[in-house]
Amino acid sequence: MTIYPDTVAGIANALAKRELSSVEITRHYLDRINALDRQINSYITICEAHALEQARAADRRIASGQGAPLTGVPYAHKDIFCTKGIRTSCGSRMLDNFISPYDATVTEHLNNAGMVLLGKTNMDEFAMGSSNETSFYGPVANPWKFDSVPGGSSGGSAAAVAARLAPCATGTDTGGSIRQPAALCGITGLKPTYGRVSRYGMIAFASSLDQGGPMATNAHDCALLMNVLAGFDAKDSTSVDHPTEDYSATLGHSIKGLKCGVPKQYFDKSLDPAVAASIRQAITELESLGAQCVEVDLPSTELAIPSYYVISSAECSSNMSRYDGVRFGYRCRDPVDLQDMYTRTRGEGFGKETKRRILIGTYALSSGYYDAYYTKAQQIRRIIQQDFKNALAEVDVLLGPTSPTVAFGLGQKSSEPVSMYLSDIYTTAINLAGLPALSMPAGFVDELPVGLQIIGDFFSESKLLQIAHQYQQVTGWHLLAPPLGG
Amino acid sequence: MAIVNNEVQSIATLARIEIKPDEVPEFAAELTKILDFVTRMNTIDTTDVEPLAHPLDALSHSRQDVVIDDDICGTLQANAPQMENSLFLVPKVIE
Repeated sequence: MTIYPDTVAGIANALAKRELSSVEITRHYLDRINALDRQINSYITICEAHALEQARAADRRIASGQGAPLTGVPYAHKDIFCTKGIRTSCGSRMLDNFISPYDATVTEHLNNAGMVLLGKTNMDEFAMGSSNETSFYGPVANPWKFDSVPGGSSGGSAAAVAARLAPCATGTDTGGSIRQPAALCGITGLKPTYGRVSRYGMIAFASSLDQGGPMATNAHDCALLMNVLAGFDAKDSTSVDHPTEDYSATLGHSIKGLKCGVPKQYFDKSLDPAVAASIRQAITELESLGAQCVEVDLPSTELAIPSYYVISSAECSSNMSRYDGVRFGYRCRDPVDLQDMYTRTRGEGFGKETKRRILIGTYALSSGYYDAYYTKAQQIRRIIQQDFKNALAEVDVLLGPTSPTVAFGLGQKSSEPVSMYLSDIYTTAINLAGLPALSMPAGFVDELPVGLQIIGDFFSESKLLQIAHQYQQVTGWHLLAPPLGG
Repeated sequence: MAIVNNEVQSIATLARIEIKPDEVPEFAAELTKILDFVTRMNTIDTTDVEPLAHPLDALSHSRQDVVIDDDICGTLQANAPQMENSLFLVPKVIE
């Protein structure tokens, strides 16, 4: 039996040395997907023929000496990114029949890099959820424990990477949707600074919060993928024109003297004590690498989720208005008039959580309530951002848990929206502030992974990846894979 | 703040979403819980705080208003539920 490398860096290296062909490694992942994904359900669409075609093209490109660093490396793509000629469902019945007429900018970057699309991954409907249970295509199983959730909304991407059904994946993060599933599945995921990765062709949920980013088993691989994803895009009006960098350049630098803040509010009563112990242990490891840690204050932490749910639902209700059954997507059968067509198309095409958020958003934006909800939430957003600015004026980065618990059981929180929302307590504030943050594996509780979150200042992605990489040089959590066979 | 059943229907009408009568009480209860939860926002004084819309307070940039896509009319139309002569068909609006 051939043993294949299972990291992005390992595969890229083997491809460059011609020890491996892209077709061979692509076939290997497709075989694993076909053997194992029936139980996990991490992919909505498997792009077998398309992947092998891209792999053959990558092999020709490498042979001609024109290969880029990740040419021929397979990846899984969250089904929120438009892919020309391939169904882009966003986890919704509304887009079950939608074949994108164009590529997202992120897809274009991945194509130009010569990477191989294995398939489109499962996700909460329109990225609204923290457990992947709101998907039209059914829930995803956590590869570590099949009766637990993988987290969400990028639950399919996280589960696919954890189960080694892809060496890396794309994700998007509106309130924690890269970091929380990365934590719950035991992988590494980076939510970049708002505006760093183009949102063009990335189906919108809450436009002032959404941000795409890399997911992989380790920080080095996330850095390599980040090199492909990042950059200014004239097609995205909120893209920030800030120079890109080689995100792998400083991975090897020591973190001696790094000043870390540990927010005291992130260790309150909502945090599971066993998770807290793992996080404390990880912080001690970082101190042994030369980091200096001090306690810091983020006084408005508990206002983040209320503010986040008002802003994200308001923006959601506005973004979801485009699904009207006229130009693309689902349309109800035999509408009697236009009004009937709109209301039944949307009533039948959207799942329950999406409807709930549209209704909340519609209410918050309606006449008489706008200032009490939306304006108030945006004012709190500034206060939360100021908290982070104050803290980051004293220290280089902030350290804490990504999620208050390890993965919870399938169905355990799906009937209780507010309790589900609270699982994002440590992640939503970062989106409100627009900052970058990373989650990496830092221990196990009840045989399920724990994620450590590292939060940095605007455009400090390289530093976050460097810290995670240094940690991963002296620890082995990121090397553990669930026992699945195959 | 309680959301009552007829409020659910009027919000659903604004949002153009059909909510079946038997679903209304559940939505009313859930929306009430969510709104009760977000009123926690009122525990902080925000007088004179400027609302934050873009995290970097950056102004959106714009580009020249020119067509940059290839001719994608055909593929756009292929996704439409009903087309005729390059027009999107919808139920009759005017009697």
